[in-house]
Amino acid sequence: MAAPLDVTGATAEAPPEAVLEGAGKAIEGRSLGQIAWMRLKRDKFALAGGVVIILLILSAILAPLLTKITGGPPNEFHQDLIDPTFSKPVGDGPFAGFSWAHPLGVEPRSGRDVFSRILYGAQISLVIGFLATLVSVAIGATMGVIAGYFGGWIDTVISRTMDAFLAFPLLLFALALAGVIPDHAFGLSGNTLRVAVLVFIIGFFNWPYIGRIIRGQTLSLREREFVDAARSLGARSSYVLRRELLPNLIAPILVYATLMIPTNILFEAALSFLGVGIRPPTPSWGKMLADAVGYYSVAPMYMVVPGLAIFITVMAFNLLGDGLRDALDPHAR
Amino acid sequence: MNRRKLTSITAAGLALGLLASCGGGGGTDNNGATGFNAAAERVVNQSTKTGGTLQGALSSDWDSIDPGNTYYAFSWNFARTYGRALTTFKTGAGDAGLELTPDLAQGLGEVSADGKTVTYKLRPNIKFEDGTPVTSKDVKYAVARTYARDVLPNGPTYFVDLLDAGDYAGPYKNKDLNAFTGIQTPDDQTIVFKLKQPFGDFDYLVSSPQTVPVPQAKDTGAKYLEHPISTGPYKVDSYVPGKEFILSKNTNWDASTDPNRKQLADKIDIKLNTNAEDIDNRLLAGSLDFDVAGSGVQASAQSKILSNASLKENADNVFSGRLWYFVMDEKVAPFDNVDCRKAVQYATDKVSLQTAYGGPVAGGDIANTMLPPNIVGHQDFNLYPTPDNKGDVNKAKEALAACGQPNGFNTKILLRSDRPHEVSAGEALQQALAKANIKAEIVSVPAGQYYTRFAGAPNYMHQNNIGIAFTGWQADWPTGFGFLQQLVDGRTIKPQGNTNIEEMNLPNVNALFDQAAASKDPAQREQIYGQIDKAAMEQASVVPFLYGKGLLYRNPQMTNVVISFAYGMYDYSILGIS
Repeated sequence: MAAPLDVTGATAEAPPEAVLEGAGKAIEGRSLGQIAWMRLKRDKFALAGGVVIILLILSAILAPLLTKITGGPPNEFHQDLIDPTFSKPVGDGPFAGFSWAHPLGVEPRSGRDVFSRILYGAQISLVIGFLATLVSVAIGATMGVIAGYFGGWIDTVISRTMDAFLAFPLLLFALALAGVIPDHAFGLSGNTLRVAVLVFIIGFFNWPYIGRIIRGQTLSLREREFVDAARSLGARSSYVLRRELLPNLIAPILVYATLMIPTNILFEAALSFLGVGIRPPTPSWGKMLADAVGYYSVAPMYMVVPGLAIFITVMAFNLLGDGLRDALDPHAR
Repeated sequence: MNRRKLTSITAAGLALGLLASCGGGGGTDNNGATGFNAAAERVVNQSTKTGGTLQGALSSDWDSIDPGNTYYAFSWNFARTYGRALTTFKTGAGDAGLELTPDLAQGLGEVSADGKTVTYKLRPNIKFEDGTPVTSKDVKYAVARTYARDVLPNGPTYFVDLLDAGDYAGPYKNKDLNAFTGIQTPDDQTIVFKLKQPFGDFDYLVSSPQTVPVPQAKDTGAKYLEHPISTGPYKVDSYVPGKEFILSKNTNWDASTDPNRKQLADKIDIKLNTNAEDIDNRLLAGSLDFDVAGSGVQASAQSKILSNASLKENADNVFSGRLWYFVMDEKVAPFDNVDCRKAVQYATDKVSLQTAYGGPVAGGDIANTMLPPNIVGHQDFNLYPTPDNKGDVNKAKEALAACGQPNGFNTKILLRSDRPHEVSAGEALQQALAKANIKAEIVSVPAGQYYTRFAGAPNYMHQNNIGIAFTGWQADWPTGFGFLQQLVDGRTIKPQGNTNIEEMNLPNVNALFDQAAASKDPAQREQIYGQIDKAAMEQASVVPFLYGKGLLYRNPQMTNVVISFAYGMYDYSILGIS
């Protein structure tokens, strides 16, 4: 990005602080990971994102314990806290229904605890976000490396396949497919089947995004000297792919995986919002947001809370992803 | 400069003149004496004042404005402004609005001794909007064209099912109207319906817009909706699907031939596909007169109306005529056992379901019978009483023991995922059943195919072991027959599009329907409808929980406003604007 004469930005970044910091100690070599970690540590936003993500994961895992302290089971009705005429929590003002027992208020109509539904909803969002990303990365990285390394007709076939996938109306297809999932299939049933199908749809149709990036990286890597060296020493393609190329691709894969997770969480929320996600009464952020639409004026906090949860999660992953990219691959700026 | 000033003065003068002429249109006998639910008890803002434009809006669109091709309640109500059927519902509050009165016809149908012929005589001097007189052949043609299901697929098929017309396929393939034997027209004023078997509620059938006369020469088939030829007080100026529907006075409508309608406003202007919240806001601000759908305001407007006394007095909380209920499939274990069904009847907490469904105002009143109060034949009874309607776990467990399932059982609840109220009600039922050790899993499916692929397909129910299914129902005409026959007559069970979801097939219930159809005495029919309701409820496979209600708002500027029990919304045939 920087112009050749634009030295201000470049100098600030280029000399690794290793030189300065290491002055007093014995000089030792630093691995790529150590350097990256040092850069990451200096990025306060990325660190904050990481901390939020860890907290989120912890609270999702510990949801059954946390809701014992406050909130209660996510599907338990508390209609004594609901004013049936207006369908909203009893009380005045936007924070009606908030109490020690229900720290984030209760849902209109049913009186279910919002705090515990947010925690249990995080399980769904994170599981789908992570697993779908895993599927995309697995397919995308494999296809990208193969296309980039072998080139020729293999590259053409894979690249055109990617184009076809990218042109696919994913949301419409997901809506149609999620609507016709049977009750039992592949030995799974109920919500397990739904999660599996959502992971498959989201993961399978998003792999070209990461596939293209990996293909590009591979194209430039395969012309490098160390690959030539390995090949001239008689290494087979599979060896070169695994031992020479893949380690150098870890950085971009990690970065784009982190950036894909929030997109996938948003996509799950959108599907749930449109009514084809997880089955009731299992909580999901998108579903909560959809339910809140009719009550935004009588119970505004019911819309704000799941909205904030989605916002914070997506923001945290994006900050961490950006930080990772800067740390692992400063040239990408 | 001078010229511009002059024009603006002239404009102001014109405006004053218009205002003055507005005031001189006629007498108004109200002094703002309205109130909450006033339009459910009497005609509010009675006035004969003419002029002005009635502003309406709809959050969706018509299925079709062709009177022979429409199946929405609001559309049947509104069609009366531009079309006259053989009979119609009387204008009036409460039960008066359920009474049938002749419209195109001079009197109600004359039924032959064997009950298979019904004859109507048309009123003289009724004209189409272009001035040509209406004859019985135009009515016959209107019914004939509803046989062409490939051209006009939307309306009900009662005439096709009932009339003795062989395999007649509509007038588009064979233009000769004599080929249609289900109706005879001995002269221009007389129309004779030939039925396959007696049908007591026939006068109700001919109140549907399917008998609104259509001149054969002007019929353009599926394109007729671009300009249906009017016989009512208003004619269609323009209809742009998804955008607007504008009507103006029909000068060939003669008030002396029509005791039921009024022609007060100069124009009716309806904007389509308007955002529902926007409709509410404009209603409350007074820039809109009525929401054509008539199903009630959204949650935010509801809270504004109910918490503000001056808004509340312009609102009505009325029965929509809809019943919200769920059924247990008698062919799916363990609901093949009546005691297991009774266990669910007793375990159901109807107050919880009501709150989940939107509460007493937006949801409705708690129901214990199938027939809502605004249906002819409604009787008040409760075969499965629980304290305060909140469910009775002990009685439920007794029933479970009697059923041989003392430890409860597992089942599935089928509902529509894109209906938030239904989902909440299903979750509420799930909670209530759990207290009686009945574990229910919710299966949510898209509403679009609910009756073709899911709840309405007995095979799907059996194969997937769906014990419980949520549904709702509104009658095509407000009698026990029109309401119940499609729900509990065992002979209506179909492999697809089934509305008898519980698969109830009781000889005594089926026989009662035949008895009602053959009866010529309305009072006796009314009695039988109550009996059917009770007999069906004894079977315990249907759990009614709400008589649907909506909160309607009427612009105080609107005159002659009354709730029509027959349609569950404001009567659109007499409205004016002051």
